[in-house]
Amino acid sequence: MKNNNRGLSAFLTRDVYLTRLITLMAIWMIFMAIFKFDSFYSIINYQTMAAQFPEYGLMALGIMLCMITGGIDLSVVGVANFASIVTGMLLKTMVDPSGELPLIGIPAAILGGLLVGAAAGALNGFLISKVRIPPILCTLGSYELFTGIAILFTKGKAISGFPAAYSATIAGKLFNIIPMQLVFFVVMAAILAFLLNRTTYGTKLYMLGTNMNAAKFSGLKTDRLLIKTYMLSGICAALGGVVMLANYNSARADYGTVYTLQCVLIVVLGGVSTVGGKGRISGVVLAICVLQMLSSGLNRFPQVSSFFIPLIWGGVLIIIMVLNHFTENKKIKSPKEIIK
Amino acid sequence: MAQSVLKVVDIKKSFAGVDALKGVSLEIAPGEIHCLAGENGCGKSTLIKIISGVYEPNSGQIEFSGNIHKKITPIEAIMNGIQVIYQDFSIFPNMSVVENLAFNSELANKHKLVNKKRMRKIAKDAIAKINFEVDLDAKVGTLSVADKQLVAICRALMFDAKLIIMDEPTTALTRKEVNALFKIILDLKAQGIATLFVSHKLDEVFEISERFTIIRSGEKIITGNTAELDNKKFTYYMTGREFEDIAFTPKNIDTAPVLEVKNLGLTGFFENISFALHKGEILGLTGLLGSGRTELALSLFGIRKADSGTIEIDGKEIRLDSVQTAMENGIGYVPEDRLSEGLFLPRGIGDNIIISEVDSLANGIGVLDRTKKKNEIARWVKELTIATPNPDNACSTLSGGNQQRIVLAKWLARDLKILILNGPTMGVDIGSKYDIHMILQKLADEGMSLIIISDDIPEIMTTCSKILIMRDGRITATLNPKETNVQELSKYMM
Amino acid sequence: MPIILKKLTQRNETYIFLVILVLSFLIEFRSGQFFTPNNIVDIASAMIVPGLFAIGTFMVIVSGGIDVSFPALASLSVYATTSTLFDAKYSGNMWLPIVMALAIGALLGAVNGILIAAFNLPPLIVTLGTSSIFRGFMLGVLGAKQMPVIPKGMSTFGTSSLFVAKNAQSGLTSRMPVAILALIIVLVIAYLILYRTMFGRGIYAIGGNETSAFRAGFNVRQIKFLLYVGVGIISSLAGLIRVCMMTQDHPTNMLGMEMMIIAGVVLGGTAITGGAGSLTGCMLGTALIVIVQNSLILLGVPTFWQGFFLGMLILIGTGVSASQVMRSSNMSKLRKTRRAL
Repeated sequence: MKNNNRGLSAFLTRDVYLTRLITLMAIWMIFMAIFKFDSFYSIINYQTMAAQFPEYGLMALGIMLCMITGGIDLSVVGVANFASIVTGMLLKTMVDPSGELPLIGIPAAILGGLLVGAAAGALNGFLISKVRIPPILCTLGSYELFTGIAILFTKGKAISGFPAAYSATIAGKLFNIIPMQLVFFVVMAAILAFLLNRTTYGTKLYMLGTNMNAAKFSGLKTDRLLIKTYMLSGICAALGGVVMLANYNSARADYGTVYTLQCVLIVVLGGVSTVGGKGRISGVVLAICVLQMLSSGLNRFPQVSSFFIPLIWGGVLIIIMVLNHFTENKKIKSPKEIIK
Repeated sequence: MAQSVLKVVDIKKSFAGVDALKGVSLEIAPGEIHCLAGENGCGKSTLIKIISGVYEPNSGQIEFSGNIHKKITPIEAIMNGIQVIYQDFSIFPNMSVVENLAFNSELANKHKLVNKKRMRKIAKDAIAKINFEVDLDAKVGTLSVADKQLVAICRALMFDAKLIIMDEPTTALTRKEVNALFKIILDLKAQGIATLFVSHKLDEVFEISERFTIIRSGEKIITGNTAELDNKKFTYYMTGREFEDIAFTPKNIDTAPVLEVKNLGLTGFFENISFALHKGEILGLTGLLGSGRTELALSLFGIRKADSGTIEIDGKEIRLDSVQTAMENGIGYVPEDRLSEGLFLPRGIGDNIIISEVDSLANGIGVLDRTKKKNEIARWVKELTIATPNPDNACSTLSGGNQQRIVLAKWLARDLKILILNGPTMGVDIGSKYDIHMILQKLADEGMSLIIISDDIPEIMTTCSKILIMRDGRITATLNPKETNVQELSKYMM
Repeated sequence: MPIILKKLTQRNETYIFLVILVLSFLIEFRSGQFFTPNNIVDIASAMIVPGLFAIGTFMVIVSGGIDVSFPALASLSVYATTSTLFDAKYSGNMWLPIVMALAIGALLGAVNGILIAAFNLPPLIVTLGTSSIFRGFMLGVLGAKQMPVIPKGMSTFGTSSLFVAKNAQSGLTSRMPVAILALIIVLVIAYLILYRTMFGRGIYAIGGNETSAFRAGFNVRQIKFLLYVGVGIISSLAGLIRVCMMTQDHPTNMLGMEMMIIAGVVLGGTAITGGAGSLTGCMLGTALIVIVQNSLILLGVPTFWQGFFLGMLILIGTGVSASQVMRSSNMSKLRKTRRAL
């Protein structure tokens, strides 16, 4: 999105919402520096955080894209699990008797998973754009469907016994420092940010999300745009599944059920409007950082059980929203809006 | 002399330092039909909200039938007989007529339980006041716009109304329905109920009101008797400028038609439509609401494919079955409802202008060329004199006239052969209206062909070189504006 | 007679009912076990908890809002009630647990109510946040764990039956839990409120057009606030009954149910945007899902096909109603020329 006034101060004043998130993060980082400096500000801690969040972070990216169009994708967890199962099964079929994988083994398996994600997304996109099922209901149904199909594949059990090479690579570290999961996330986020900010797809998407009617009257191929978007969401979710497979070394139809609402929470915290037409990758990334740091920091305090984390996340969301509400009211409307 | 039912004196109101009303006075006698006119943004809505108690004036006096109030609440206004019917009628589309009519009084009387019999009686009494025949159990959302309005009027009459304020009531009504509405206003007058009619349509001011008040930029310009008003004076009072609309004469550029429509039909909406459009021509398509004119325009733009007949563009037959096809063949469409169909209000002005041609501002894989985009936006802002300090500002910050220019710019940015405009100057201030007419005439002179759909007869007469009149889905007449007059036009329309 | 028929065919509820009938006959045909006394009782018994949840959800959706926090809310209030009473070695009857759970539920619902009604925050987001908060509170602050034993009064309630239905052929018996009375009572109360009080009509009015409701004189804030409190109460009742019927408290058991309940409400013809829908339709839609969940076994379908079928049911159901909306919208709205797309 455009920046006529460049510079940090301009950015901060223009997007008060993001500023609030940054402030929160800064406060927390200072707090952690004071109380738990050694354990929090260690390479290992950052590596752990960076390895943990991409699972759901990727799903959140997908949901964000759909919410820009004024829709939502509640099927991401189902797609992720399904993709992870397919990837796992592909790995198992490619392995030779000695337990080794061919060179293209891992990329091919991942590609298989991503194709599943794309297909799932295409189905969502089709039902939402051509059959006009409201996105919340459609992706609710497709979530059940994809999970159901995944259960059929696995007969309800977990699949495991994958070649160690997979976990070693995907859950390993690039140059021995950077967790591979983070790499996946960063690459995906960068691609999406580019698409949204620098291509016609992004411009068209924001317009479609702002006013679908006007988009059609302006000649935008809204059906195609929607299908593309949900396919992208499916791919993001599938990538999340690929990462999950490496993290858990197993695949099940029902991993990560809490992630659905959690990801919507993240996206909303990141400043994406449920009504559509607004939202930036940077906001979502920021929200993920804030929430991950909060969780990780809290873990350092043994008195605080990890169960508190959803409490904190929900609390942060509500507090930020209430704060927004109060500042929105104080903001003076432009005279033109009032004099009607 | 009978006491005025409403008298406001020297009302001042400002929001955040901007003066919305700078000392406006207004007086309405019992049973008077008064028109409040002014361009969008002049302050008439603010005045209405002050009269009805929604806003508090910064200074000034409000008098209801002789009782002076410094400030009032909405309930007090209702108690004093003031009823406002907003443009959306404040109805519940998902509930029955009975409930829509009875809710207000049930709530006012603090009834907690639903008493179907009592509510039904209330509803029956309400519709009897203006002899409105309607199925009481129908869901209001299924009624026509005119009937919805009548429900709103019935409801307004339930509380001993002395003054009914109607905000732009005729926007979505057909001519017949407007006539019916005016008859009701006269009935109300006979019952001693005054009407304050907010409108910017000159012909309505003339037709129904006895007195009028014109507001411009928060100031009352004039109050007077309608009998003493004419077209020129009205325009002058509304804008402070004098305009002479120049009648359009097409340059005869080509004898071969750009667009040829033969026996076009869409079941249930229009049939047997045939006409030819040449380069440099401006064709006017007019008819009452429901005559099929908008559906014809939509068919020509590919939104609703016609099911019989042919369309030829530059001699080649084209199947117009999608907006994309229409656009690929050089057809553009400026829609009737600018706000919901033409613009992306919260988005930037620049984005709104380039959205239909955005693919041409990018390379093969869709990456935008930012400089190209910036230049393109600057070009159109200049060419159409869009008044904005910054093209990144949201569209919603602009006036109606400027917004319409943006919609125009969006289409002109593409290479068009044919531009269809539906109600191009609806809700646009007179100054912008004139400018837009000039722009359209210039486009025609440069070789574009235009089709204007409008029920603004003066607009059709001055801007078009040929007029097609539709009624009940058929073309009833093809006229040359220079050889006809308003009466003949009306004859073919009804 | 013809007029009634015409009115029936225009309503969504008729079609859902027909689908249920067809499905029932199909299952009966395949297994001969559907229309048996004990199966009917089983289905009714399985309807109690989802039915209660659905009633609350339905009312919120009609008002134009939504609540996804109700499973977490119910889990929290019920756990708090059960564990407190258990720790206090409570040995009395069911009334105290009911009062406690409903009171806590009302309080939690009030949290939603204040945020949504007073601060005007979007319901989906708020309830998303409170869902997380309730869950975190229950697991973190209360340290909730599975309770294999619950106070006697509660388990007695859960296991006592109104009557027992016996299948003469197979010899199977099913008991109709006393709790079905709770569903019936709440249903009647909900019906009276929605259709016989101005409060209830206000819910529909707000869902139809909130500004108009305000202008007409409805106390929109109060109605919305009380709605969410009401959902908290009904949901807590549902959760309590579930714990009693299971005679155990699994604190996270109900989490994740929200989507299925919403699906049931929507299948029954309630518009997700608000203002339309009937209590009958809501129960029919929920019944459809419960029947599918329960009766696949009778058809000899292995349980792991369940998710697949439910997903298909939702997609087909919403797809059909969406295309109905499209068709009627095309017919009437093209004339009005506003939204011809």
